Amino acid sequence: MKTVGILALQGDFDAHRKAVERAGGLAVEVRSAKELDACDGLIVPGGESTTMLKLLDIENLTEPLRQFAARKPVFGTCAGAILLARSVTNPAQPSLNLIDIDVERNAYGRQIDSRVTRVKADGHEMEAVFIRAPKILRVGEGGKVLATCNGDPVWVEQGRHMVTTFHPELTPDSRVHCAFLAKL
Amino acid sequence: MYLSDEFRLKVGLAEMLKGGVIMDVTNVEQAKIAESAGASAVMALERVPSDIRKEGGVSRMASIRIIREIMDTVSIPVMAKARIGHFTEARVLEALGVDYIDESEVLTPADEEHHIDKKNFKVPFVCGARNLGEALRRIAEGAAMIRTKGEAGSGNIVEAVRHIRTIVKEMKHLTILGKEELVHEAKNLGAPLELVEWVAANGKLPVPNFSAGGIATPADAALVMQLGAEAVFVGSGIFKSEDPDSRARAIVKAATYYNDPVKLLEASEELGEAMRGLDVSKLPESELLQTRGW
Repeated sequence: MKTVGILALQGDFDAHRKAVERAGGLAVEVRSAKELDACDGLIVPGGESTTMLKLLDIENLTEPLRQFAARKPVFGTCAGAILLARSVTNPAQPSLNLIDIDVERNAYGRQIDSRVTRVKADGHEMEAVFIRAPKILRVGEGGKVLATCNGDPVWVEQGRHMVTTFHPELTPDSRVHCAFLAKL
Repeated sequence: MYLSDEFRLKVGLAEMLKGGVIMDVTNVEQAKIAESAGASAVMALERVPSDIRKEGGVSRMASIRIIREIMDTVSIPVMAKARIGHFTEARVLEALGVDYIDESEVLTPADEEHHIDKKNFKVPFVCGARNLGEALRRIAEGAAMIRTKGEAGSGNIVEAVRHIRTIVKEMKHLTILGKEELVHEAKNLGAPLELVEWVAANGKLPVPNFSAGGIATPADAALVMQLGAEAVFVGSGIFKSEDPDSRARAIVKAATYYNDPVKLLEASEELGEAMRGLDVSKLPESELLQTRGW
């Protein structure tokens, strides 16, 4: 069974743990470089990207995460997608540049504008939960859009990494987590 | 109700706040300090609880101008407090677009019998609770997040510990009861049977369970999280200490590494004086905030 690390600095890492288990993986919480080493892939969950950035920096986890990503798949949801992006606006903040996308934070508004909706993925529809979601403004040449919502890319893959701006961990549908497990 | 899209979104944002620290702030400067220290959200209010306690008077929803300034300044979620039962204060906050409303015992209650009918709002609510019955009544009214009350503004963790222990113990107890016993227990708790049965089957609340009221140090935050809280609210503990900035960072670190004593030691080192605390057992009943709410 593949071991999926879930970055547990802050956010909905517990929901991801359950989603990984539903998809047939072994989930472990990751808060240190040592814990990261034991994983076949890493999920950067939803939560507050500013909080996660601070902790990555203070705990000297940015470089280990980069080295991990050079060898193994990383999947970011919502705040995780913001961390993995090439550039971030609203406001501008540092990011890991693991996937060639530009994102705008809180682009659809505040919590009152959060929504459960359907997105189109490869000819199929799937339910998607958007919470204070970022918007992917640009997808680079190597990127492949796997799902869209009202024309916006919401699930993007580039090589071994992928991101969603919605929260597949908050719906019973396991397809997105299964797609990530298949990369490991 | 619990599976409706709207309720899932409300609980969803609470899920995003897990493992984090929600900090009380009274102005834009404090909000910036909180955000740059790694707060996962800020709570805008007029005065922090220890000042409310000292100054007395009626405590209301914060000034709209200040809440709006804070919303315009930080990128993290902004919460604000409404008085217990004051559904029009809540409507104003909803129209303003805050991300969460805390129907809070820290403010002077507007209604001494009824809480806000929170199901009728699009904005999510968090409510305080001292025990399982109180928590489930608030959830029945539509709260999407519970925080144990503790004793706000006391700088004393004893009540927060009492409340999280009580809720966890009462939930454990439900898991060993038979169906017919749950009916009786629902009556004792003063909570809907449907929710009592849910807790009995799952051993936890159907919404995230955070802790508040008296957290003043990194070790305090880690303590309530080890006892079962999934995130913490810190009120007076940060901006009434000698060193708000470093203390805020330290508590953020403690909320992540609550199970790691070495990291907790790192977080606790080089901190100045914590806020001055109160002996809650010496406070007269009339000065307790936790007994507000029904």
